[in-house]
Amino acid sequence: MNEVMSAGVNDFVIKIGTVNGTGSASANELLMKTIFRMGVPVVGKNIFPSNIQGLPTWYEIRVTGEGYAGRSGDVHLMVAMNPESYERDLAELSPGGVLLYDSTWPRPHFMSRSDITVIGVPLSSMCNDAFEVARSRILMKNMAYVGACAALLDLDVDIIHGLVDGMFEKKQKLIPANRQAVALGFDYVKKNYETPLPFRVKALNKTKGKIMVDGNTAAGLGCVYAGATFGSWYPITPSTSLMDGFANYCAQLRVHPETGENLYCIIQAEDELAAAGMAMGAAWNGARAFTPTSGAGISLMSEFIGFAYYSEVGLVYFDIQRVGPSTGMPTRTQQCDINLTAYASHGDTKHIVVYPANPSECFTMAADAFDLAERFQTPVFFLSDLDIGMNDWMVDELEWDKNYIPDRGKIMSSDQLKEIKQFERYLDIDGDHIPYRTLPGTDPKGAFFLRGSGHNKHGKYTEISEEYQEVVDRLILKWKSAADFVPQPIVTKAKQKAPYGIIAIGSSDGAVKEACDKLANEGIHLDYMRLRAFPFPQSVEDFIMSHEKVFVIEQNRDAQLMNLLIAETEVLKSSLVSIKYYAGQPLGYRFVHQALTDELAKLSQQRKSA
Amino acid sequence: MTSFVKPRIARKNAPVNALGLQRQDYDGSMSTLCAGCGHDSVTAAMATAFYELAIEPYKAVKVSGIGCSSKTTAYFLKEAHGANTVHGRMPSFATGAMAANAALTYIGVSGDGDSLSIGIGQMLHAMRRNANMVYVLENNGVYGLTKGQFSASADIGSTAKKGAVNEQPPLDPCIMALAAGATFVARSFSGDRKQLVPLIKAGLKHKGFAIIDVISPCVSFNDHKGSTKSYAHTYKYYHKAVHADYVPPSAEIMTNYEAGEVMPVELHDGGRILLKKLDPDYDPKSQAAAFSKIMASKDAKQILTGLLYLDETKEDMATQNNLSDRPLNQIPYSELNPGPEALKELQAGWK
Repeated sequence: MNEVMSAGVNDFVIKIGTVNGTGSASANELLMKTIFRMGVPVVGKNIFPSNIQGLPTWYEIRVTGEGYAGRSGDVHLMVAMNPESYERDLAELSPGGVLLYDSTWPRPHFMSRSDITVIGVPLSSMCNDAFEVARSRILMKNMAYVGACAALLDLDVDIIHGLVDGMFEKKQKLIPANRQAVALGFDYVKKNYETPLPFRVKALNKTKGKIMVDGNTAAGLGCVYAGATFGSWYPITPSTSLMDGFANYCAQLRVHPETGENLYCIIQAEDELAAAGMAMGAAWNGARAFTPTSGAGISLMSEFIGFAYYSEVGLVYFDIQRVGPSTGMPTRTQQCDINLTAYASHGDTKHIVVYPANPSECFTMAADAFDLAERFQTPVFFLSDLDIGMNDWMVDELEWDKNYIPDRGKIMSSDQLKEIKQFERYLDIDGDHIPYRTLPGTDPKGAFFLRGSGHNKHGKYTEISEEYQEVVDRLILKWKSAADFVPQPIVTKAKQKAPYGIIAIGSSDGAVKEACDKLANEGIHLDYMRLRAFPFPQSVEDFIMSHEKVFVIEQNRDAQLMNLLIAETEVLKSSLVSIKYYAGQPLGYRFVHQALTDELAKLSQQRKSA
Repeated sequence: MTSFVKPRIARKNAPVNALGLQRQDYDGSMSTLCAGCGHDSVTAAMATAFYELAIEPYKAVKVSGIGCSSKTTAYFLKEAHGANTVHGRMPSFATGAMAANAALTYIGVSGDGDSLSIGIGQMLHAMRRNANMVYVLENNGVYGLTKGQFSASADIGSTAKKGAVNEQPPLDPCIMALAAGATFVARSFSGDRKQLVPLIKAGLKHKGFAIIDVISPCVSFNDHKGSTKSYAHTYKYYHKAVHADYVPPSAEIMTNYEAGEVMPVELHDGGRILLKKLDPDYDPKSQAAAFSKIMASKDAKQILTGLLYLDETKEDMATQNNLSDRPLNQIPYSELNPGPEALKELQAGWK
């Protein structure tokens, strides 16, 4: 056995390469859940193709006793189940790593690398001998590699059995066969190889009070708790599971116990344009309304977004970002809609955007997004991404504040309308730039005409320059004032005074934090501010101005976040240094660590030559 | 959309409806359309329908897209909320609004430009959903605001004001509505108030999607010789197939129609639509018959009008979505929030 330099007990990465559509997802989840239940933190990443069946797909499980949330960039145990991707899988394995393959068929080229250990297990032939039905042989092969991994990594077989029993709670007769398949892999490895591997799992107590959940499910549940009653959508990867989540929890929690009637409405629209229109119509009519989509959908919705901005209707657009432009890579992740969501639609438009970083924030920020949308009567974007939305993350168990009351903003009731002489939709009565709205059917005095054409503060059509300008000037003040109400940035101060800082958003958080820890161990200290919303509060500008240089780390080609900071704060362009990763995989700390090391070296060089 | 406040001068001894309101209480701001525009007659017919049905104006919702026709929602029911949305997208906006509060009465006004080109998808899908609204399509075969281009409803051979001849086949909203599963399909003419007002009333009382294609001539760009959407042409080829009257739940059927010619259709609210067949061999409850009748009328160069198809048996969108009689926008948060305890339980599977 070669020595694995970058791996250790409770600190390594398993990657499983399989064929899409062969049922490996549940086996991979079983493997990850087993480690989680042994009390050891895990990070799971599904790297899948835009395909229903046949193309290569991978699942990566990082075992991290330290509890880091990002990828590492290494692969220590490669379970290569797909001949199509053997070459790539072999090449990706870190030096000193272990390759597990189905040795039913000989694969001499695996011996081409002398710096790895190859472990062959005749998974197919064992399963073909043990099971009758062709489809079940394929599924059982998955369970058999779980057994093989369990032997190599010293996993708790009782926990595996418990999870298998849970998986087949409703099809009990499948339990013995699945247990048998696990045993086939486990026993073969035990008999033929020295186990466990030097890198393996050792039970800890670090997952108590934690859950494993994906961001879309958590966001869908967040919509239920926020009191959303209307959702319209058009299917698009990677946002579809958000509406699936909302629908599932509504079916469980939102059906009237006596009448059996739904206290929610979900409409699958004919396209994203219609989805945006429906959500806006429902919001205008007083429902908490949202539509989930991805960047391509936001492009299509842009016309309605401008209408909602100008006519001041508050609703929430969930953008689960995927790789663009155009169709791009629909099953890969990026932070490429930062610009799009900040300014979506034609004309002068600026929006409120929240940037959740993990499923826990997806849950709470869903409610924040609705509160902001209704308080400020404006579109609010919830900018998540495929990594957050579709991967299982370990986070603290979700909690809900029982004292939460939705902020519905200024809605004038029938009684209030009776008190006033005349209702005027866009009048800033309170001096906070936010006018009052009324709901249809409330009172004869409350009627107003919603229009995307030029209107004055009284809500009437106008083409008079001053009247037009007065309204759009109030809109920008309203938007700016939201900076104090949005989720505020989180600053992680370095242990020592740091001349340099880092700014990042969303799913970059795990990799950035880990890179900071590694650098701190090397004596390099950096302050880190994670932005959580746009417009940027004053503290963002202050953070940048209080550092000599700030590294802006983001997952897109065009430095969208950095450019937004330059455009929307008073900071000097030269005070920012861009670090970008945009290849579509979830960000790993090794990339961030290397990029920061390189940039710091450059700065040090410049200083010397200056 | 330009609009002027219309002065309200109370008339003594003017007739009132069941709510004690006068017809002028159903007016809106003053029209800014061209003098003689067919749309203004349609606006008056819509206001009259609401007045005669004694619907409280503020319990109605008016929605529209973009174009001359879409402007008209400002010209009636000033006490009702209105939304002048984006081009061709009124149906989706209305769909969401209806989901939030199905208890109000929804009327959409659109045109052939707004509905048959940019908005064709949304219109058809609102029909598929059987969203409970009246959709008045003011059809003049031309884009007026942009000064006279053909719309998708222009007939083959119809000429533009400057002489160009349309060569593309027209889209017929009634044929498309039948294909898309609309449950109330009607055609009328802005110049025939006697037919139009009862049709709008019937449509408002129909629980589902009611489309009324109203030929509504454009006096500025499409009322010349050679146009097939002019007043003169429409009068000449106008053919009434089925007359519809709405009879409220309490009223007895008082009719002059000959027995056998009249077909009553029961509505969800207990009222009835009385269909008077002017063509004895036409069954407006048959989708196939409506199809063939409309297609045949084209060959005969007739503009077939009236309530051409009616189906009261299909569930509307709110029913399909199992919505309660209580509007979604009026359910208190306490009933929407599952609470912290439920949250604990549902996370068990994530451990």
